[in-house]
Amino acid sequence: MTVTAVRKDPQRLTLIVEAEFDASVESIWQLWADPRKLERWWGPPTYPATFTKHDLTPGGRVESYMTGPAGDQPHGYWDVLEVEPPRRILFRAGFANADGTPNTEMPINTIRVGIEEVAQGRTRMSIEIVFPSTEAMEQVLAMGTEEGLSQAVSQIDAILAEETIQR
Amino acid sequence: MVVSVQIAPPDFDPVFAALADHTRRDIVRRAINAEEGVLELASHYPMSFAAVQKHVAVLERAGLITKQRIGRRRVVRTNPEALLVARRLLDQYEGLWRARIDRMNQLVAETAGAIDTVETKESKR
Repeated sequence: MTVTAVRKDPQRLTLIVEAEFDASVESIWQLWADPRKLERWWGPPTYPATFTKHDLTPGGRVESYMTGPAGDQPHGYWDVLEVEPPRRILFRAGFANADGTPNTEMPINTIRVGIEEVAQGRTRMSIEIVFPSTEAMEQVLAMGTEEGLSQAVSQIDAILAEETIQR
Repeated sequence: MVVSVQIAPPDFDPVFAALADHTRRDIVRRAINAEEGVLELASHYPMSFAAVQKHVAVLERAGLITKQRIGRRRVVRTNPEALLVARRLLDQYEGLWRARIDRMNQLVAETAGAIDTVETKESKR
């Protein structure tokens, strides 16, 4: 599979996921830099994401919402801290109210994305997610916005199966 | 249109439900050292003893705390298992990001569009 390494540090409340793709650094960068691409993978099929603002520059802000099966629309935002195209992004991700203002009741986590070439046409992406506290993780997961997970996984399996048939 | 918080996934863990409450999380924290009984715990919160007792019962049912006899006292102790909660949560996040990466991979393959990309991938399987 694409995921090549997963490291979990419960003490530091950190998750690191590494994946490799048969693609160029630029095309992986575009998955983050192009909001139309971003919204095709950020949310699962049952919770498609819409990005309403996408300023991927230091100090910039990215805003999105997802639409659930019951019409619920959890909003989220990123505060972009550091950007170095096409290799690095550091941002803080939080939840927002419907009007886009940060939901201060909900935790913020820090996400660091790194993209590097490992061979010609082969690119490694690493994602490090740091949670402020166990409570924060619980809270985010309890929200269920992220995101009817088991449902999402089964839908992906279905999509992958379809894809195989098409080939 | 309904704008509300999506409820938990179907396999929602009672542990997380128990921990969704601030007072209960606080009780779990305080009970790590297993120094206090329910009465002492109750003194920390601006609510009735009965209310605190209820919270303790929820935590007990979820397996997050146990009541233990130390000499003549019964103290509330956090189950060391509960400390594995963080790990389990990270497991769930792993699943979330794996799903995202699967979608990314699919998108990249689509965008590349070239037949040889598909062949390269398949020969690796």
